[in-house]
Amino acid sequence: MTALQAVALLLVVAAGTAIVFISDPLRQTLVLSIFGLTLTLLFFVLQAPDVALSQLVVGSVGMPVIILAALRKIAQHASARERHEEDGE
Amino acid sequence: MSRRGRLLLFGCAGSGLLAVLVIGLHGLPPFGDFHGAYGLLVDRLEPGRRHATDIVTALNFDLRAFDTLGEEFILFASVTGVALLLRHLRDEEDEPPRRSVDDHRFAGASDALRLLSLILIPLLVSLGVYLALHGALTPGGGFQAGVVLAAGPLAILLAGRYLALKRVAPHWAVEALDGIGALAYAAIGLGGLIFASAYLENFLPLGTSGHLLSGGMMPLNSIAVGLEVTGAFLLTWTEFLDQDLLVARGEL
Repeated sequence: MTALQAVALLLVVAAGTAIVFISDPLRQTLVLSIFGLTLTLLFFVLQAPDVALSQLVVGSVGMPVIILAALRKIAQHASARERHEEDGE
Repeated sequence: MSRRGRLLLFGCAGSGLLAVLVIGLHGLPPFGDFHGAYGLLVDRLEPGRRHATDIVTALNFDLRAFDTLGEEFILFASVTGVALLLRHLRDEEDEPPRRSVDDHRFAGASDALRLLSLILIPLLVSLGVYLALHGALTPGGGFQAGVVLAAGPLAILLAGRYLALKRVAPHWAVEALDGIGALAYAAIGLGGLIFASAYLENFLPLGTSGHLLSGGMMPLNSIAVGLEVTGAFLLTWTEFLDQDLLVARGEL
């Protein structure tokens, strides 16, 4: 294992652990995106550029965008329900 | 179950898992040790057989072209599922949701962000086209090209211009891309059935190794997959973002 590979592996471990310990889903999504980027780096130093290219977009852009849209929808739903309940009382 | 009981249960299960993991990891070959005869064989075989220099693409579009067909349609089916589900939620209306001036920009796009996305868009699009065309030569190929190409229009959203994104990539066009790409890949396979021995068998001249038009039907396959993946990702994103817009305006 070269030093570069070791560093890339450690970065993946750090980013992955960070995701677990962050409780706010919004921040978690952003860190997930960074995690995708570290994975890209890992695949690249392990000489798998084809996989790295896919991971770059899917992991650091594609998935976070969908999660962000879903989070926004959940938040709006929750606030709408609260308003509804207040009106009902 | 009490906290003590749960901890005890976790201790038993956890130590069992740890033991199995240690035994399993102990038997692994060392880091970087490669025993794949298949990989070495393909490395030897493909440059001569198909004049391709990127072996991963050669695997995807030649040796395992049929697997790729299956993967194409997995993506196609799942994206269709997402579109069906989310459109059902907006009362199955065929028309895209009504727009107001407010939709023109999502709040929070600064001038710096706009400039950055303006620089990013041409870079992403040209990189995507490059990846699709050079699939058989350098790392990349259809899928990678597709996701990079789809990220281009997404940068318009980053600039805060959702309406412009919808104008560049309207629903009908994105759906058409998705469908045409999937169909084209299957149709190229039929060419193999007609002009060569089997479905998805190469039937085009191989060209000179290292030239743009080499690798037989790989460039065509790569472009077809690129179109499909671009369409698939854009469709998924715009469906989700449409939901977002509806929620923001209180229509859902």
